[in-house]
Amino acid sequence: MRVKIFVSLKEGVLDPQGKAVERSLHSLGYGEVGEVRMGKYMELSLNLSSREEAEARVREMCARLLANPVIEDYRFEIQE
Amino acid sequence: MRWGVIVFPGSCDEQDVYDCLKHVLKQDVEFLWHRDNLKNGFDCLVLPGGFSYGDYLRAGAMARFSPVMRGVVEFAARGGLVLGICNGFQILCEAGLLPGVLTRNSSLQFVCRQVYLRLEETDTPFTSAGKKGQLLKLPVKHGEGCYYADPDTLERLRHNRQILFRYVDGRGKNAPGANPNGSIDDIAGVCNEGRNVFGLMPHPEDAAEKILGSEDGLKIFSSIAAACEKREREVRVG
Repeated sequence: MRVKIFVSLKEGVLDPQGKAVERSLHSLGYGEVGEVRMGKYMELSLNLSSREEAEARVREMCARLLANPVIEDYRFEIQE
Repeated sequence: MRWGVIVFPGSCDEQDVYDCLKHVLKQDVEFLWHRDNLKNGFDCLVLPGGFSYGDYLRAGAMARFSPVMRGVVEFAARGGLVLGICNGFQILCEAGLLPGVLTRNSSLQFVCRQVYLRLEETDTPFTSAGKKGQLLKLPVKHGEGCYYADPDTLERLRHNRQILFRYVDGRGKNAPGANPNGSIDDIAGVCNEGRNVFGLMPHPEDAAEKILGSEDGLKIFSSIAAACEKREREVRVG
């Protein structure tokens, strides 16, 4: 199965990269753009057959390595 | 006393730390490879600057899982002194040995310049040779040195007096231009609650001789050496 993992900055954490992109979009004329927040996107394949087990394992991977709980949140989608 | 300097793949300041300890301060020091288990007999472990594991994912995120780090965590739990400089600070935060996290500089630029630090607390093994309010001139060279902690953690850091250095201007005052990376509360270095683990972004090892523009970094290393000698004396007397 394949997993898509999205890591995003928690609310309130400064995001200078997002701010720079936001300013760029405004200067290109996209005045409708509000706040831009940068994040990370990862794809991985898993050699597991049980969806339940996959969820538990991926949650553990995110908590231990893929996201830093001090500043980041994560969510993921599992595709069989 | 004995110093250990831990080398990760991608470390690049280990030789500067080694030279400062060995040749300037005449200390007993050796390199420790990240893949080896930590040996006994060290008084202070230094995690040097650099780009361990290429800073992939997040700075310090992967180095914390190196085999040597299990020993570092146990060493710290027994009260051993651990100093993390720059990337070493990032690794200690990722490993949970220090609170908070270091993120991308608010300017998005890599900064490489001299900064002034104000010594905020002297009751730690890392700062006891200094005076409260004293200024240290040290270089910074990093792209991800913006310290962040959530409001509760920040309050705890202030209450426990764990903020050991702040970025200030040349007169010792907090000023917007003095903070090179956007760190919250101008924080340049923090220690843990036990006051035996300390991390800072500026490089004391690169301010260890007059020819480098400053000798102020020696304050930190000589504080540690004095603290360890005091411990040894106490053990001998006890």
